Amino acid sequence: MKSEARIAYLFAMPWILGFLTFLLYPVMASFFYSFTDFSVLRPPRFIGLENYKEMVQDEVFWMTIRNTFTYVVAAVPLSATVAIILAMLLNTKVKGLAFYRTLFYVPSLVPMVALGILWLWIFNGEHGLLNMSLEKLGMSKPPNWLGDPAWSKVTLVLIAMWGSGNAMVIYLAGLQDIPQSLYEAADLDGARLVAKTRHVTLPMLSPVILFNVIMGMIGALQVFAVPYVMFPNGAPARSTYFFTTYLFDNAFRFQRMGYASAMGWVLFLITLTLTFVALRLSERQVHYDRS
Amino acid sequence: MNIRTIAITAAALGLLGYLVYRSEDATTRKPVANKVTVLYWEKWTGDEAMKMRRIVNNFNASQDHIYVKMLSISGVADKTLLAASGGNPPDVAGLWDTQMTQFKDAGALTDLAPLAKEFGIKEEDYIPGYWKLMSPGGTLVAFPTTPASTALHINKKFLKPGEVPPQTLEELDAFTDRISKVKDGKVELAGFMPAEPGWWNWGWGYWFGGKLIDGDKLTINSPENIRAFEWVLSYSKRFGVRETQNFQSGFGNFSSPQNPFMSEKVVSVMQGVWMANFIDLYNKKLPWIAVPFPLPKDQQHLKGMNFIAMDTLVIPTGAKHKREAFEFIAFVQRQDQMELLCSSHGKNSPLVKVTDKFFNTHLNPYIRLFDELARSPNAAYIPQIGIWPQMDSELKNAFTEINLGTKTPKEALDAAQARLDPQWRRYQQQVMGRSITTAEAKP
Repeated sequence: MKSEARIAYLFAMPWILGFLTFLLYPVMASFFYSFTDFSVLRPPRFIGLENYKEMVQDEVFWMTIRNTFTYVVAAVPLSATVAIILAMLLNTKVKGLAFYRTLFYVPSLVPMVALGILWLWIFNGEHGLLNMSLEKLGMSKPPNWLGDPAWSKVTLVLIAMWGSGNAMVIYLAGLQDIPQSLYEAADLDGARLVAKTRHVTLPMLSPVILFNVIMGMIGALQVFAVPYVMFPNGAPARSTYFFTTYLFDNAFRFQRMGYASAMGWVLFLITLTLTFVALRLSERQVHYDRS
Repeated sequence: MNIRTIAITAAALGLLGYLVYRSEDATTRKPVANKVTVLYWEKWTGDEAMKMRRIVNNFNASQDHIYVKMLSISGVADKTLLAASGGNPPDVAGLWDTQMTQFKDAGALTDLAPLAKEFGIKEEDYIPGYWKLMSPGGTLVAFPTTPASTALHINKKFLKPGEVPPQTLEELDAFTDRISKVKDGKVELAGFMPAEPGWWNWGWGYWFGGKLIDGDKLTINSPENIRAFEWVLSYSKRFGVRETQNFQSGFGNFSSPQNPFMSEKVVSVMQGVWMANFIDLYNKKLPWIAVPFPLPKDQQHLKGMNFIAMDTLVIPTGAKHKREAFEFIAFVQRQDQMELLCSSHGKNSPLVKVTDKFFNTHLNPYIRLFDELARSPNAAYIPQIGIWPQMDSELKNAFTEINLGTKTPKEALDAAQARLDPQWRRYQQQVMGRSITTAEAKP
């Protein structure tokens, strides 16, 4: 057995080395750097809690927190709702189901940067497909999706739904796992679609919903590529300046790796806290026991 | 642990080590027989890179002991910085002038003064404004590849026969009022827009006698800068905030036929010497002229004011072949090579001496004007301050807030000043190692 264990460790060694070198070490190093003034080329200089103190007084930091939270609060439930509805539609017995499933999943495979460029054209205020359609429908002054701070975050929330295909596949698997007998019992009780959805589908799907919401929340807290491509510098007027964009700017544009590391740890703590809160709040609503 | 396990482990680690060693070798410095390979990372891609490659080829053909290997690298600045911190930077990097001070302060660039002296390259060889960009804070850290100066480009169709282009900023405003078209709440044609192309939004204050830094004091919210931003605001009021936004969102990329100047949506724009190249590429038939960008009536003493900039060659700290790298840089600085490169890129020359051939064969019919503007003692350039990226970010934000009408120019610039002051003090203390007196530390 001992020899087998050694062999097993040997085969796992590439991953272990990769984990230690490319994950654990950078994570630990960033924790140390968060207490330093570090501009990459010069040796880090220990400054205690200065980076964290500065963050408290940094207006832009708080602005990015507000922007990120607004985005999370709007995008996560909306994306989850869309994904659940799509999954429920695709869980019915209609012709060409496999085709539809693929069709709705494919968008989530499009690379983020390509996606950003694509949406720039769709949301263009003057020549965009969306505004041209809205004008044809009779709206005389459709929103300036990209240039107006009141609409820029809405634009990103709408775009977030584009990637619902990933979550949809997981919901679909969850839906197919719900015992048919429960629906039959509900039928006998005279339940209709709404009642069945409310009293059977959603409770039985609740563990999957919780998982997807937590994953979606973590993803939304780290939103970066699409706003970075579509709204350089957090434009307009920093309305799309998110936490990770500001972190990136501090690290690579402003060469303040210490401050960026501290921001990274704050984001980690925020994510941890929100995940914990989500788990605690959902204890009564999530049903794990299917017996 | 038996011998077989030890042997497998040793073999695996050996293979890993070999791959790491060879991959570095394969991707960066594959040696050419009997020659030192100078690795050159350049930001340019496509046509611009190809033209630079001609100069590299000329150098390689002239050499028996150095081979320059040029690679087009995206995100070259970040990668150079990280490669330098990892101890394996390229020997030469093609960066932008906007990064020189920050990189110099970070200790990322080699002081080139001793090598310049050895190769007989002198300050007097260069147009003074460019020399200042090459030596932020007095330390020579960069040499130019292609420089630029800027002027007002006007679509001639909109000038009456014999009409003199706007000579003052007030005349430019009147010109805009005369020819702009707004119909049913939509801007169809704009005579001028300060936000187009938006690359110099930080610098309008210079036209009003302002600066962003005076000595080591930031002067973002100086009366001159506030006045400049009030002028900017007058344009979004002229066309309407929402109308301006919609109009601008219809503009295509700079390098495309949908460029608002090329597609004749905006009649006049501030642009660099390179614009002739793009006009030639995307709208050959466009009748255009270039004139010095007009100054306000009360600032005529700033005649020749324009923004100059340049692409640079640097030797990052830790480069393995500094001397050979400089030999290549010195070759690029030769008048014949420099003129070849600058004319192919549609730029002016950074050198004091320019041949008639350069002027006479240049694609830009206004090349003499751009050369003259580059030499102007009033030519301005980005502030040589290590927190330029932060300053740029704050000024861009202030510009947008003013244009959107969410803040007055004074409010927006006061806010930018208030944010930048502590950042500048911190930078001076932490990066430049300067101690701040109690009086200075007070906001």
